[in-house]
This record gives sequence, structure tokens and C-alpha cells, in this order.
Amino acid sequence: MATTKHTLVAIVQDKPGVLNRVVSMFRRRGFNIDSIAVGHSEVPHLSRVTIIVNGTTATVEQVRKQLDKLIDVVKIFDITGEKLTGRELALVKVKASSATRSEILEIADIFRANIVDVASDSLTIEITGDEDKIESMLKLLRGFGVKEIARTGRVAMVRGALGAPPPEERPARTHAKKQA
Amino acid sequence: MKKTGAQILCESLIAEGVDVMFGFPGGVLLPFYDTLPQYPQIRHILVRHEQGAAHAADGYARATGKVGVCMATSGPGATNLVTGIANAYLDSVPMVALTGQVVRAQIGKDAFQEIDITGITLPITKHSYVAMDTAALAKIVKEAFYIARTGRPGPVLIDIPKDVFTDQAEFVYPDKVDLPGYKVPTYGHPTQLKNAAKLINEAKQPLIIAGRGVIISGASAELKELAERAQIPVITTLLGIGCFPESHVLSYGMAGMHGTGYANKALENCDLLIAIGMRFDDRVTGKVSAFAPNAKIIHIDLDPAEIGKNVNVDIPIVGDVGVVLHAMHKMIENNSHIEWIGQLDEWRKQHPMLDIQDGDKLLPQRIVRELYEATKGDAIVVTGVGQHQMWAAQHYFFNNPDSFISSGGLGAMGFGLPAAMGAKVGRPEKMVWLIDGDGSFQMTIQELATLVQDDIDVKIAIINNGYLGMVRQWQDLFYQKNYVATPLSCPDFVKIAEAYCIPGLQVTKREEIKPAIEKAMKHKGPFLLNFMVEPEENVYPMVPPGASNIEFIEQPKKEVSTWPRRSIR
Repeated sequence: MATTKHTLVAIVQDKPGVLNRVVSMFRRRGFNIDSIAVGHSEVPHLSRVTIIVNGTTATVEQVRKQLDKLIDVVKIFDITGEKLTGRELALVKVKASSATRSEILEIADIFRANIVDVASDSLTIEITGDEDKIESMLKLLRGFGVKEIARTGRVAMVRGALGAPPPEERPARTHAKKQA
Repeated sequence: MKKTGAQILCESLIAEGVDVMFGFPGGVLLPFYDTLPQYPQIRHILVRHEQGAAHAADGYARATGKVGVCMATSGPGATNLVTGIANAYLDSVPMVALTGQVVRAQIGKDAFQEIDITGITLPITKHSYVAMDTAALAKIVKEAFYIARTGRPGPVLIDIPKDVFTDQAEFVYPDKVDLPGYKVPTYGHPTQLKNAAKLINEAKQPLIIAGRGVIISGASAELKELAERAQIPVITTLLGIGCFPESHVLSYGMAGMHGTGYANKALENCDLLIAIGMRFDDRVTGKVSAFAPNAKIIHIDLDPAEIGKNVNVDIPIVGDVGVVLHAMHKMIENNSHIEWIGQLDEWRKQHPMLDIQDGDKLLPQRIVRELYEATKGDAIVVTGVGQHQMWAAQHYFFNNPDSFISSGGLGAMGFGLPAAMGAKVGRPEKMVWLIDGDGSFQMTIQELATLVQDDIDVKIAIINNGYLGMVRQWQDLFYQKNYVATPLSCPDFVKIAEAYCIPGLQVTKREEIKPAIEKAMKHKGPFLLNFMVEPEENVYPMVPPGASNIEFIEQPKKEVSTWPRRSIR
């Protein structure tokens, strides 16, 4: 079965050890995390975790259910099929001499990236966007020599006025056993 | 009025209805044990090894349906609980495990007997707590018991630093829990119920496979009503044994690796499988791709994560088994399925389980059968893990839920004796028989002392074949009889028992079985029977590992075997 990237959003209790429980569940069940981003949510004492996981629909469904079983996970959604706003932030330190600096600034400008630090032999660029945008800029910058990259992993939100949809039981899957 | 953490813990346990706990003291638990005598309502049973405490709490919980409580000190005490906690986790047993921890200031400093027990037990607990504040202790205990016993039950661990026991706080026991992330599904989805009822009403060859979920939910009556109304044959998993009376005309025994031939044939041929409170363990499914190949599957379970985990199902119903079955009853039509049941009865004749070819040999199957006769099927039977466990499951007929207590998911040897102890403590009015193997028994044999000290009347039947029998059986069948590390030197168990002041008898002949069992039953207090059985008897039928259930191997015709005893005499 084809694997695709899924975006899971978990609202978890902001308590010591909770992230450990979430991550440990992935290890224990043999699932792989592509990226994970954690921060405060709109509710005090609740954190929002965005997890990108690569897998078949069935695998990711199992991931979602196992995460939902954790007592400290208050809500969890698989928002993959929804209209999303997904963003990642990256800091890129790139080699820059007086000869190349203006060219790099031009690239940053095209990607609406910000220069956050300037040194005699380097520039640090802050870029926000989806993974494709960041990858595209990195591709252009690699020619100058990238010294360091720090990326946050994706955070995501469903578009529109409504909050995340309530978790519900998925309808029965087709009887795939016969083909097995 | 302010109370110490130790007092708060005791009061909280009492508020949860705890009247017995199994434990073992240690340095950081001293403040707790110092306080315990103030609360004579709590009976503390001192085990000989913390693994015994966890298994005893497990046996107690399975026999009573209440939450079992065990306690161990920090470090090695806590790590010794691990096997028992894992066992409770895999078999969905409600348990609260209390561990002592070093004082708060020393946490993370590798202090003496400090271990990160919440970290170690993270994947084998339903939830866990480190109680870092005496004022929060009551709330934590309340939540722990609530989580352990509701929904799909499981073990919850509370790690308590020594100075949390000695600190003081106001004690108010909360009357409610606030757990926004904890959901317990109850009712099945109405549309799915309708769809399921439609499939059941239309099926020509329906089959029910029932698991421990039925026992946990207390849904035996609902299961019986469904089976009888629609005339659906019932098979069970190992841990489902007893949820449907095995004397019932619709009962076709256990399915899976050592299940009956007719149960496995029924699985192969059914056109609808109604899986109730079970999780498609590989010991039940055999080769998954060949499992119930002709059937649509309805899966009723409380845990949504079990749906579609191992086997794809057509109609998932997430809810409490009893509630779901009750809601479905009025949608189920009366039915007969005469041909299908006739077919199963025909298979039962072709693959009889009752046929024991003993000749002049002392066979384990006969012993279990005699135990059944002598106890009139009314005992609680607890087992270790191995061949004896399967013989107990196959040859004792269980008609009551909670009457067969065994380590299923984890398959933990050594479970038997402490679990039997816990079961007897929880159900003193019942006769409790431990059927154990010579290998399993030696893993937790030290709990014999606990039986004596706390006057716990467990009857012990050791199926002694001088081997780690189940492993030897696999070596026999799949490793060209290369018996490596399975011949087992055993002490004289009767003498061992005697040393613990427990009377015992050695049994070597078939005709001695009955009088020996009667003697044990007449004796007030624990009694040990050491059955020196045929050493190379195998458990049949057997589905080879990785094979499909229909490929079960049956008992071959008997050869004459010798008697190479390996016991120390």
C-alpha cells in the first residue's frame, strides 16, 4: 500500500513527561516520525503537537488511535485531507563574502526571507513557509556553502473559521482481507 | 486536619475499597509501613519477591473484578514488579502498583536504590504518576484507581518519593476525577449495530469468538442470550474461557494454536465471525491472511485501537461488550442454523478432545480431568505457563467467568503460584487449585512461605515431566528432538513443601490420582501434589507457528515410551 505524509495534530496536557509518552509510543509500535513540533495552544495548560508521519492510511490510523489512548492526549486529529495552512521555520547560516552577499540577499528577498544576523563571512537567513518553499531556497543557497541549518518541523492548522474537527469513529474500511 | 502522605495514601486506598494489598517493604517505604498499622482495615500480605506481589494483585483482580494493589520499594523492588505489571497490561487486568522512590532532592542523582521506574514501565502501564507533592497524592490515587478499572482495564503505577510520605497536607478525598483526555466509549454506533444485526440475521454459518472482554464487561448473560436466540456456536480465546459455559450445547471450546480441531474448522468455514471482546492475538489467528477466510467479521471491542490492528474487519463496533450486545438483542431474529451446528457436531466427533489414551501411563490430561470431576467444575483454576496451562484449558470444563486465571498475552512463567494466592485471598469461599508445571513452579516457588505465613489455602498440582515441556515440544516437532536446555532437574517437591510445613503427596500411577486429589481437598490449608507424569507427552491439537489454523496437527497414535526421570532422588 502507498505511504503518504500525514499531518496529525494532538492537544496534550502541558505536564512533565507528556512528550516522552507521545514519542515513546512511536518507538514502541515501530512508527517513524518525520517531524514533530510542540508549543503552547490557545488554552492554558494545553500544548499543541504537530506530528508529520509517513505511512499507509491504516498505519497512521493506528498511530492516531494509540495516541488517543494516552491519558494526557486530550484530542487528536488527522487533518491530512483538510485544507491546511502548514508552515515551517528555518534558520540558515550561509557563507557570504563581499562578492556573494548581494546575490544571497536577492535570493532571500525573492523568498521573502529575513536576514537575522550578519557576520563578516556569513549571513543568517530566517525563512518561513511550507517545506517546498524552504527546500527551494536551500537548493539555491547550497551553491554558496551552507554552514548550518535549524528547522522547526511543520506546524499546521485547518483553514476557515472553525477549529479542528471533533474526533469521530471512522467508517468501516473495505474488506481488504480477501486480497491479502 | 493535616495528615502525612503515608496517612493520606492509606485513607485514599480505603476510600477506594482496598482491603488487601501485596507488598514488600524497603528503605524508602519505611514511613508508609510505620503508618500502616493505624489502618487495620488494610490487610497487608508480605510476599517473598516483588514479582509475586504483582502477580498476586493480578490474580486477586481477576478473581474478584476489583483493582489489585501491590507495593514495592524503590530500585530493585520496583524493577521486580515489572514482569507482573507487563502481565497485567497485556491481559487488561485492573491494578495499581505503588512504588517508593528516593527523596525528591535526590531524584536524578543516581541515589542509592534510585531507578526511573515510571520510565521503565512507560510502555507497559495504562498510565503512571510520580507523586511529587503530598497535597496532590489523594487526587492521584483517585485518578489511578479510576483509570485502572474503567474502560479497558490495566495497570497504573504511582511512584512516591520518601519525603512525600512524611510531608503533611490537608486530606480531602476528591469525589470526582477530571481527566479531559480520557474517554471511555460505552454505546456502539447505532448504524453499525443495525448493520451487524442484519449480517447476523442473514448469516448461514455464523460463529462467535469470545474473549476476556466479555468477562471484564460481565456480559456472559448477554452473550448467552445472543448465542441462544440466534443459535450461534461459541468458541473462545484462552482468556475468554469461562465467559460462556463449556457445558452448554453451543460451546465448542477454545480456538487457536492449541484449540479444538472443531473450533478451528468452524473458523475456517464460518461465513460470519462475531468477535466479542477479543483482540486477534496471533495465537488465536494463526496465519492472519488465512484466518477465517470465508467470513465477514464483526468486531465488538471497547478499545478503538484494537479495531483493524491485526485483522481487517467489516463492521467495527466500539463500545462496552455487554451494553452493545444488550442493545443488539431486539434486532436479532430467532434462528436455528441446524445444518451448520450439525456440521460442527460432526467435526467434534471427528476430532474428539475427550479421548485420552492413557493405558497404564500417568497422563496430565487425565489429572486435569480428575480435578474437574473432584471439584465438580466449581474451583478457580490458576495456571503457570506451558504445556500444563494448555492441558488445564483443554480438559477442565469452565462454566463460570473468573474461574480460569492464566497468563495469556505475556505468557509469564511463574505467574501461577502468586496469582493463585491472590485469587484465594480475593475469593476465600472458593476452592483454588493451582495447576503448574515443574518449570513454572520453580520460578516463584518461594511464595509457598507466603501461603503458610498468611494462611492461604491454595491446592497445588504440579504436572512434573522433568522438562520445560512446551519448549521441549517445539524442539520435538520443529527442531529434530534436539532437546537443548529443556531437561529440567527438579528437587523433590513434596520434601520442599514439607520444609515449608505444607503437606504433600507424590503421585506416579493413574489410580492414585483420585485419592490424592481427595486427600488434598479434605486437608484444611495448602496441599501439594507432585504428579510424575509421562515426560514426553505433547499438547495436541497444535497449529504449527506461522501456519493457518486449519493445518492443526492431531495427537499421533501412541508409541511406547520409556521413563527417563531427571529428578534428583
